[in-house]
Amino acid sequence: MTATIQAPAPTTTPARGVETLTMAQALNRALRDSMAQDESVLVFGEDVGPLGGVFRITDGLTAEFGDQRCFDTPLAEAGIMGFAVGLAMNGMRPVVEMQFDAFAYPAFEQVVSHVAKLRNRTRGALSAPIVIRIPYAGGIGGVEHHCDSSEAYYAHTPGLHVVSPSTPADAYALLRAAIASPDPVVFLEPKKLYWAKGQVELDAPAGEIGTARVVREGTDATLIAYGPSVPTALEAAEVAATEGRSLQVVDVRSIVPFDDETVCAAVRSTGRAVVIAEASGFTSVASEIAARVTERCFHHLAAPVRRVTGFDIPFPPPKLEHFQLPSVDRILDTVDELNWEDA
Amino acid sequence: MHRGIDSLLPSEEPVQHLGADGRLTPLGESAKPDDEALLEGYAALVAARRLNDQAYALVRQGRLAVYPSSHGQEACQVAASLVLGRQDWLFPTYRDSAAVVARGVDPVEVLVLLKGDWHAGYDPREHQVAPQATPLATQLLHAVGVAHAATLRGEDTVVMALCGDGATSEGDFHEALNFAAVFKSPVVFFVQNNEYAISVPLARQSVAPSLAHKGIGYGIPGERVDGNDLAALLSVLGDAVTRARDGEGPQLVEAHTYRMQAHTNADDATRYRNDADVQAWVHRDPLTRVETYLRGRGLLDDAKAADLAEAAEVVAARVRDGLNTDVEPDHRKLFDHVYARRTPQLEEQAALVADELSRETATEDAR
Ligand SMILES: Cc1ncc(C[n+]2csc(CCOP(=O)(O)OP(=O)(O)O)c2C)c(N)n1
Ligand SMILES: [Mg+2]
Repeated sequence: MTATIQAPAPTTTPARGVETLTMAQALNRALRDSMAQDESVLVFGEDVGPLGGVFRITDGLTAEFGDQRCFDTPLAEAGIMGFAVGLAMNGMRPVVEMQFDAFAYPAFEQVVSHVAKLRNRTRGALSAPIVIRIPYAGGIGGVEHHCDSSEAYYAHTPGLHVVSPSTPADAYALLRAAIASPDPVVFLEPKKLYWAKGQVELDAPAGEIGTARVVREGTDATLIAYGPSVPTALEAAEVAATEGRSLQVVDVRSIVPFDDETVCAAVRSTGRAVVIAEASGFTSVASEIAARVTERCFHHLAAPVRRVTGFDIPFPPPKLEHFQLPSVDRILDTVDELNWEDA
Repeated sequence: MHRGIDSLLPSEEPVQHLGADGRLTPLGESAKPDDEALLEGYAALVAARRLNDQAYALVRQGRLAVYPSSHGQEACQVAASLVLGRQDWLFPTYRDSAAVVARGVDPVEVLVLLKGDWHAGYDPREHQVAPQATPLATQLLHAVGVAHAATLRGEDTVVMALCGDGATSEGDFHEALNFAAVFKSPVVFFVQNNEYAISVPLARQSVAPSLAHKGIGYGIPGERVDGNDLAALLSVLGDAVTRARDGEGPQLVEAHTYRMQAHTNADDATRYRNDADVQAWVHRDPLTRVETYLRGRGLLDDAKAADLAEAAEVVAARVRDGLNTDVEPDHRKLFDHVYARRTPQLEEQAALVADELSRETATEDAR
């Protein structure tokens, strides 16, 4: 097997057009298409082989590509990650699955000390083009250790890209881009959106990591969200519209690198911003976004940038999780406090 | 002083005292199982099976979020607890609810986690049972820590640390064995090898001759035992506990058993194993063989069996009642126990929730 480390050439397969897929199916298609295009792409982890992953994201891959390309490993996350580093050093493109957010923690040392730093410490001689797929966040009534929003740990680590899609289309495009990326990408999959459907353009040019997108136009204030919080932000904007307030919604999509330009242009256009994220708010990604927006848009702001985030507590048990998740009401309450009397 | 290599190696075949037919094996003949202990164990087996069945039903009725059943592994569950004394500790996993109950913990409290009301329902101090661990193998190091503290404090405590076959691949498993060996801690590592880690068969975890062989690399004696044979389990685990208590250090015990049901209700086992594989284990059921044996010895008759079934039924009814009662978990508790004292930020966040709720109530009242 010859391994290539180049980004994939533009696809030459005939047009397949647009299909309606769940996010889970879109991710599966992205893996399949990338594996078909580049034989150095390897998919491995816990239960990703014959079972197809506990969320079925790798369904059918072992059958289609064989168990050299998609396979189960011994049950050890540090092992999976360290093994991936070596594979990448020798020409492979590992796409590893961490079964759940909190079960990625045993791999943390490998991620922080090696995956993130391999390029830097070898002055570019070696790199770790690894995709770390992690089903994350809450909203599915999961018991402890199954609902963490761990993006801040990764985003705080220089050397890692961190992305999180909110639609099947972005899931497909971003995963294709992540696999093609020369750098490691932590790919955070909002598990509560796995079964949400959307149109996916399968022949779209490989997406790009690092761009945010305005997903709803609005003039009064900007809601900035990513991953699981985007549908909530859109719902809040919908409700606000019926109350005569026009809210713009930006889907960050790529936490690292961060698209300052799109986000700040959006905020400048409305003069008000609320950042929404499920993770605990203290020293979070939402905090970073609020700080960046404040620094860059200060003279355009009519109110302080606010955050609606999870509380600073361990993720609660299923019966209490609705308190922790940013809700439409909580978002609208916060929007109400954006100094409208001065407007 | 180093032990001889042979003394660290497990026996050729898993230790068996009671065959699947309920008859004593030659080894069982010489070991002479204790009738009283077997009868007590059988009662616990009946209760454990009933608990598994009840929990399974409650998942289907939507009263439990999830239940990792130990159906088929009840002999391991029961033995792990019965060999311990009051002063000992048990470190269970998510699959070991029946072991926790066999140790005396209220089953309704055990199921709080899986019902979704709170992360843990029982006070670990009451029966010296650690919270059931989900992050695999992590609890094994805690077990060694508890054991070492007991040594430092001069306490007569043995720690029973449970994990599955899959968990033996995690680094923490190996570190725990090594720590226990180096500190000569009174720990019994008890691996229930049920042949699967969700969908992944044992062959993907290890090509060692057995999981019990993993002890020797750390200087820990390993033993393997028929995990569906209560008599052998009580004997092998009992001996390991005695040796640990006598200051001989840790031991690794691997039980050969089988996960008769899916990993949890959320799992579809037909995707990775045949029904025929499962059927092959039906005749090795851990309850049947003890029952046959006890009846053959005249220690169990229909009346006594009916008593045991009824006692198990009473507990099952309590579990049903407990889980069918909806106690709205108190949202104010969200902010408790994150720290010994709430931080100013948590006070602020708790006030925000209280305010939201009072406004909600006000709106409802206004309607
Ligand atoms: C660190 C970690 N990784 C992954 C998981 C997800 N997970 C839960 S149970 C399980 C399989 C465990 O198999 P085994 O140790 O054999 O125990 P069994 O479930 O068979 O009792 C996995 C992979 C986890 N809980 N913790
Ligand atoms: Mg197992």
